[in-house]
Amino acid sequence: MSIIKAALPEKEIVTHVKKLDGKSPGGELHDKWSKYKSEMKLVNPANKRKYNIIVVGSGLAGGSASATLAELGYNVKTFCVQDTPRRAHSIAAQGGINAAKNYQNDGDSVQRLFIDTIKGGDYRAREANVYRLAEVSTNIIDQCVAQGVPFARDYGGLLTNRSFGGAQVSRTFYARGQTGQQLLLGAYSSMMRQVSKKQIELFTNKEMLDLIVIDGKARGIVVRDLKTGDIEKHTAEAVVLCSGGYGNVFFLSTNGKNSNATAAWRCHKKGALMANPCFAQIHPTCIPASGEYQSKLTLMSESLRNDGRVWVPKSADDKRASEDIPENDRDYFLERMYPAYGNLVPRDVGSRAIKRVCDEGKGLGATGRAVYLDFGSAMDRLGEKNISDKYGNLFDMYETITGESPYKKPMRIYPAIHYVMGGLWVDYDCMSNIPGLFVLGEANFSDHGANRLGASALMQGLADGYFVIPYTLGNYLANNSLDAVSDTADEFKESIDEVKKRNESLLKIKGSSTVLELHRELGAVMWDFVGMARTKDSLAQALEKIPQIKDKFWSDLNLIGNDDNLNKSLENASRLADFIELGELMALDAYDREESCGAHFREEYQTSEGEPLRNDEKYAYVSAWEYIPDSSSILHKEDLNYEFVEMTQRNYK
Amino acid sequence: MANTINLKLQVWRQESADSSGDFHYYSMEDVPVDISFLEMLDILNENLTKSGIVPISFDSDCREGICGTCGFVINGIAHGPQSRTTVCQLHMRHFNDGDTLVIEPFRATPFKIVKDLVVDRGSFDKIIQAGGYVSINTGNGPDANSILIGKEDAEEAFDSAACIGCGACVASCPNASAALFTSAKISHLLQLPQGQIEQKARVKSMVDKMDEEGFGACSNHAECEAVCPKGISIKNIANMRRSLIKSIVK
Ligand SMILES: Cc1cc2nc3c(=O)[nH]c(=O)nc-3n(C[C@H](O)[C@H](O)[C@H](O)COP(=O)(O)OP(=O)(O)OC[C@H]3O[C@@H](n4cnc5c(N)ncnc54)[C@H](O)[C@@H]3O)c2cc1C
Ligand code: SF4
Ligand code: FES
Repeated sequence: MSIIKAALPEKEIVTHVKKLDGKSPGGELHDKWSKYKSEMKLVNPANKRKYNIIVVGSGLAGGSASATLAELGYNVKTFCVQDTPRRAHSIAAQGGINAAKNYQNDGDSVQRLFIDTIKGGDYRAREANVYRLAEVSTNIIDQCVAQGVPFARDYGGLLTNRSFGGAQVSRTFYARGQTGQQLLLGAYSSMMRQVSKKQIELFTNKEMLDLIVIDGKARGIVVRDLKTGDIEKHTAEAVVLCSGGYGNVFFLSTNGKNSNATAAWRCHKKGALMANPCFAQIHPTCIPASGEYQSKLTLMSESLRNDGRVWVPKSADDKRASEDIPENDRDYFLERMYPAYGNLVPRDVGSRAIKRVCDEGKGLGATGRAVYLDFGSAMDRLGEKNISDKYGNLFDMYETITGESPYKKPMRIYPAIHYVMGGLWVDYDCMSNIPGLFVLGEANFSDHGANRLGASALMQGLADGYFVIPYTLGNYLANNSLDAVSDTADEFKESIDEVKKRNESLLKIKGSSTVLELHRELGAVMWDFVGMARTKDSLAQALEKIPQIKDKFWSDLNLIGNDDNLNKSLENASRLADFIELGELMALDAYDREESCGAHFREEYQTSEGEPLRNDEKYAYVSAWEYIPDSSSILHKEDLNYEFVEMTQRNYK
Repeated sequence: MANTINLKLQVWRQESADSSGDFHYYSMEDVPVDISFLEMLDILNENLTKSGIVPISFDSDCREGICGTCGFVINGIAHGPQSRTTVCQLHMRHFNDGDTLVIEPFRATPFKIVKDLVVDRGSFDKIIQAGGYVSINTGNGPDANSILIGKEDAEEAFDSAACIGCGACVASCPNASAALFTSAKISHLLQLPQGQIEQKARVKSMVDKMDEEGFGACSNHAECEAVCPKGISIKNIANMRRSLIKSIVK
C-alpha cells in the first residue's frame, strides 16, 4: 500500500454534530415495508383530487410516478426538458432489469437479491431501502408485462432471463438490447392514458430552475420554457424530483446530452442535502473515445459479458492483429483474476482491472486505452445466429460507430462514466430533508451504496415510481396540514428575479471560451483527478483547479444569442455552471472519504491484491452535504448500522 | 484512405415558427472521417460561436439512435444516406471529400419548425394519448408468467414496438402521413394478448386522431419504410387497416 503525501494544505471539513436519521421503520427486515404500509395514514379518495403534485422528469422514475399518482386521483403536473416524455434518458438503457422472480429455478429469492445489492454496493447503502427494492422487484415485472412490454420469451411462451454482473443467478429480464426503451414506453403509455383523462398535465421543453420552499416545505417550482424563454411558476402540495443522474459532469459519459444536474443542484442550493456525490460508476465496456471531437461515449451493454470474453495480449510488445494472436498468448485477465465470477465481475472491479492492464502497457491501439471483448468462442459454441439474436442490435451499433464488425473482429472497449450512485439525500420515504420534496430514481442516492449492480437502476426507478411513492407521498399528505400557497408569494418573486438575472449575466459575459470548451476542461479535471482512481493529492489538486474553471466560466464565457427563444448554448451554459459547483463538491466528498469502497477507489487504500479497502470503523456513513452560500459545505452523516447483514470484504474470486 | 474531408454545407436557418427561413452556406475543412455527423455540426457551431454568429439549432440527446430526438434531412433524405441509421449515428466516413450537403428540417404541416433544424413533433404524443396503451392501473398486473406469449409473437410485437418516434416517416411521405408511426403502436399491442381487449376502440381513436392532427392519408408510397431508422415495416400499416376494417364492420 502506498501513501501519497498531499502537496497541498489540508482541507478542513466542518461536520454537523447531529446525526442524520434515515427513518427506517423498526422490526424484522422482511416486515418493515408491509408494516409501514399497514400503519401509514391514508388520503381519502375524494381528497386526493384536491392535491396538486409536481413531478419533475419523465424517465422511468418520473413516468411511473406520474402515471401511478394520477391513477390514484392526484392532480399531477409532469415536466421534462425533452420535446416529449418518451425521450427521457432511460430510453437508452440496454441490458435489462433485475427482479427476484426465480423463474429460472436457480435459487434466487428476495433475500438473495437484497444481499447481492448490498454487497455489490460495498456496504454503503441503507439496509431497509434495499430490502424493499428487492421485495417490490417482482411486482415491476408483472406491471410491465400487463402494459404490453415485449420482454424476451422462450419457445414455450415463458419469460426468459440473462445474467448480469455481481450475481450468480439469472434474474435479468430484457427486451433485446433495448430494455430501457421498452420499459419507458410502457411507463409513457400509462402516463399518456392519464393525460387523456386530464389527470396529468404535461409540460414538455420546460426546465426546472428553482425549487420554491415556503414555511420550510417544498411548495412549487420555477421553470423556463426552452422554446420561448418564458419563466413560469407552478405551485403544489409536494414536488417529486425524478431528474436523473449527473454523470455528464465528466463531459464524456454514456449519458444523453440533455442529462444534467441542474434540477437537483438547485434543490441542493435551497437546502436539500447532497449525498455521497463522489460515488460515480464507471462502466467497463464502452466504445473507446476516438478523438478530440468526441461528444459522448457509447455503452456496450453489460449483458455482452454473458458471452464475450475480455482479453489483452500477454505481452505488452505484442502488436499482432487479434486474429493472429494464438490462445496461448492471450491474457483473459478477468477470468484469471476472478475465477468465480470471471467476465461477470461487478462493474467497479472490471473497470479497474481494465485500467490496470492498460496501465501496464498492454492496452490496444494508438491510445493504449482499450481491451478486447471477444465473441469468437461464443460463436463457435452457439453459432453466429444465436449470438445475433441476443446481441444483434448492439453489434450493429458498434459497427455503425467504429466501422468494424464484431462478428469478424473482437470489439474494443474501455471504461467510461455511466451512472451516479450519489444524489439528493432521502429517507426511507424517499423524501429529502426538505419536507414535501421527494426524490426518485437516479436523482436520489438511496439504494446502490458505493456501486450499482447492472440492471438495478431500471428496477429502482420503477420501484420508486410505481410502488414506493404512491404510499409514502400519501402518508406525508395525510400527516401534514398544508396551507394554500399562491404563486404571488414573495418566494416566487424572489426566485424568478434570481433566475432571470442569472441568465442575463451569462449572456453578458461575452468572453472567448465556449461552453463546450469549458465543459471539456471540467471533464478532463474530473476524469484525471476525481475519476477511476483517486488520491488525496489528486483530489486536493481538483479542489484547486475546479474553482479556477469556475472563475474562468464566469469571466470568459462566450455565449451567443438571446434569452427569448430556443437557445441550446444558454441551456448548456446554465447547466455547466451547476456541474462546475457539483464537481467541486464531488472532489471534496472523495477527499473526505479516506477509504476505498465500491466505485470510490482511493489508491492509498487498497488490499495487497489491488481491491478496495474499506474502513468501516470510520466511514460506514452516508455523507450528506449541506450547501452554505459563499462558504464550504457542511458534512452531515447518516450512520449505516448493519443489523441484518455482516459487512465483509467483497470477494469475487 | 484520407482521414479528413472538406465539405460544403447548405443549412436551413429559420429564427422561429413565424419567421421565414433561408439557406446559409458554410464550408468545413479537415473534417475527421471517424466523427459523427452531429459532431461535425458541433464543430461548425463552435466556429460560428467564435465568429459571433448564432449557432445552428438542432436537437439530439442519446446520440445512440434510440431516443428519437435527432432528425433532419440531408440531401433530400430524412436522417441522411445511410439506411437504418439515425442522423446521430451517421458517421462522416460515409461522405466524400468535396461533397455538398443540403441540410434542412423535417418538413410536414403537422410538424411546425421551432428554429433552424428543430421541429415540433408534439402531435405524436396526441396520437398515443388517443389510445396507445393498455388500460391497466399500477398494481393490477397478474403474475407475468401467467400470460403466455410465443417467442415469435413476442419478437414481432417487439419489432413494431421498436419505433423511436423520430418523425422521419412523416417527413419523407409525400402526403405527410403518420401511418407508419401510428400503425407501429397499434400492431405492437395487436400482437399481444394484453392489447387485444381494447383493440377496436384503440385503432379507431388513434386513426381519427391522426387525421385530426392534420396528417395526410397513406397512399402506399412506402417512402416511410425506406427512411425509417428502426426498420419499421409497412406490414404494420396493413395490420392497422385490417384492424380498422374489423372495428367498423362488427
Ligand atoms: C447507456 C445507458 C445504458 C443503461 N443501461 C441500463 C440497464 O441495462 N439496466 C439498468 O438497470 N440501468 C441502466 N442504465 C441506467 C438507467 O438507465 C438510469 O439510471 C435510469 O434510466 C434513470 O432513470 P430516471 O428516471 O431516474 O432518470 P432519466 O431517465 O434520466 O430521466 C430524467 C428526466 O428528468 C427530466 N429533467 C432533468 N432535468 C430537468 C429539469 N431541470 N427540469 C425538468 N425536467 C428535467 C428529463 O427531461 C427526464 O425526463 C443505463 C444508463 C445508460 C446511460
Ligand atoms: S416509424 Fe420509423 S421513421 Fe416513423 S417515427 Fe417510428 S422510428 Fe421514426
Ligand atoms: S439523438 Fe437519440 S436518436 Fe439520435
